[in-house]
Amino acid sequence: MSEKEPRSDGGVTQESIFGTDDDTERRRTPPAERARRAFDFYIATPFRVAWSDWRTRIGGVGVLFYLLMGTLGVWLVPPPQINEGPYYLQPFVDWSMPLGTDNLGRGVFKTLVHSTPAMMKMALAGIVFSVGVAVLVGMIAGYKGGVVDTVLMTIADVFITLPGLPLIIVLAAIFSPKDPFIVGTIIAIDQWPGLARMLRSQVLSLRDEDFVEAARSIGLSTPTIVGQELVPKVAPFVLVSAAGAAVAVIFQSVALYFIGVLPFNSFNWGVMMQLAYEQGNAISAPGRAGHWMLFPLLAISGVSFSLILFSQGLDRVFNPRLLARHSETIPEDEQDGAGDL
Amino acid sequence: MNYYIRRFAQAIVTFVVGMFITFALYRLVPGGPVEAIIADRVQQMQQRGQPVDTQEVAQMAEQLTGINPDTPIPIAFYEWLRDIILYQDFGESILFQDPVFDILFRGMPWSIFLSVYGLLLGFTATIAVGVFMAWHEGTKIDSGLTVFVLVMRSIPYYVAAIVMLSVLAFQWGLFPTGGRAPPAATPGFNIEYMVGIARHATLPILSNFIVGFAGGAIGMRALSVRVIGEDYLRSARLRGLGTNRILTRYLTRNSILPIYTGFMLGIAGMFSSNVITEVIFQYHGVGWFMLEAAVSQDYPLVMAAFVFFSGITVTAIMIADFTYGLIDPRAGTGASRESF
Repeated sequence: MSEKEPRSDGGVTQESIFGTDDDTERRRTPPAERARRAFDFYIATPFRVAWSDWRTRIGGVGVLFYLLMGTLGVWLVPPPQINEGPYYLQPFVDWSMPLGTDNLGRGVFKTLVHSTPAMMKMALAGIVFSVGVAVLVGMIAGYKGGVVDTVLMTIADVFITLPGLPLIIVLAAIFSPKDPFIVGTIIAIDQWPGLARMLRSQVLSLRDEDFVEAARSIGLSTPTIVGQELVPKVAPFVLVSAAGAAVAVIFQSVALYFIGVLPFNSFNWGVMMQLAYEQGNAISAPGRAGHWMLFPLLAISGVSFSLILFSQGLDRVFNPRLLARHSETIPEDEQDGAGDL
Repeated sequence: MNYYIRRFAQAIVTFVVGMFITFALYRLVPGGPVEAIIADRVQQMQQRGQPVDTQEVAQMAEQLTGINPDTPIPIAFYEWLRDIILYQDFGESILFQDPVFDILFRGMPWSIFLSVYGLLLGFTATIAVGVFMAWHEGTKIDSGLTVFVLVMRSIPYYVAAIVMLSVLAFQWGLFPTGGRAPPAATPGFNIEYMVGIARHATLPILSNFIVGFAGGAIGMRALSVRVIGEDYLRSARLRGLGTNRILTRYLTRNSILPIYTGFMLGIAGMFSSNVITEVIFQYHGVGWFMLEAAVSQDYPLVMAAFVFFSGITVTAIMIADFTYGLIDPRAGTGASRESF
């Protein structure tokens, strides 16, 4: 008897509990089909939803552009050399030096491209540190409650009330960090407490849900419950905040390099601006060295614009109702139920 | 009342812990202030060919920084704090050879001036633009403003400062290129000096204005859109109230609370970002002194400036907690609110 055919008993006995029915065997999803569904659900559908929103489309393309610039671009574009062109060449004059040159005849375009990896490392370190600490502190505080909660939140409060930028300036002056990973981590000290507090309040509302209670009653350990039940629920929020953390780290690091608190080590947009300001007098005489400062400025504004747009649009991608509507493997009649996640 | 006392105690604890963390970092890190000064002096003496008396140099460094490297950190911290509270003695600046307190006190009014004006302008614009966007929700005006606000938000404030300084001050000469007052004018209540101050402050205030403006407007829009859907707003419209009254009394008043919190936090953020603004505009406020001190390892001055910034931040957040109830009675006082 076929599955679709209506039956008088409502079809309750269709599936045998003990699995002796060879029908059951046949209906198990083959691996290829399962892979297709997983691909559709986790990759293709989110991508389709993301693409349908102009913010994610533009932001995503922007982020991808910077990622390519930091990986492929560094490989394709040779590193800048002193005296490879005339000093203070204006942009768009000589197409072998498309963005002009600086005071030592180095191509601004080449320096710009070779600065990207340092910025990416900084942003990555900032994301990993701030989001990592926030997830750890926020989730444990929210789930455990009691004394653990009080202690962790007091620590977070102390960090929230410390003035962000002055503290970072003080720390930077003490440590004079050169490694982009350490710079990113120091700047992220300012970022995690707010995020931890928000995560905690989300976990507080989740901890009384049925599925958490069920997990607790069958005796799963705290790390398992937090890691496997709670983290996936707050993952969208965490991802959106990660983009915010990246923007903040890039903003602040460039500012610190520009005012000269951080020691120069590698090519970096902030370093370029500092040099253009100090040695090229780019602010008072933009006619000569303005391009040297302008292009890093544009690069920062561009990366933050892409990331902000992308994270704004990302909110939609994690909306389960929208995901279901755009999915190909979820049947029409189940699409409304998918919103109850 | 109990709540207020507890909250106040918490603010003080936070403040002291923050100071202690910074203080301890200074002491723990190798090559800290005392060692830097000792090394500096020894080098000076060697260059002059004088005999080097380590004991004497160490004593001098101790006098300069107020730090004796042999005292344990908690005791040294207690002594530092005691000097501040009992004698208002922050130590003496190594760079400027002046008591630190005097230096900072000269800079404070200027920093506060910049921040307060920047914040008031930014706050007003945030609310106005946010409510305006919500009122025209879904129209061309709304999406146009959304794009504009997003673009504004992705431009760092110092980028705006640099561009304004370069174009408005250096190229067109509309504003002075730096400093806080015209050097020629005599300080006091005369037109020339006051106009000069205003002109010097215009660009820094404008770039401060950008710090808090854009993010808040999007948030305000979302909050207002939610309020517009409420029944009482519809009934207010049906009662034939004027648009202005609805906008100010009903819409803004009911959606302002989270923005208000942001405003108080913004005070702290604005003073922080003031460091960068003051450096770019060579505006000699607390932030400018702090940076000069940090770069040249003038540790007593750095610590004192940090006291100033921490004090502002802790106070602002505490006041925000205390005044929720005044802004929106539905929030109640902190005592009745569940802490999340």
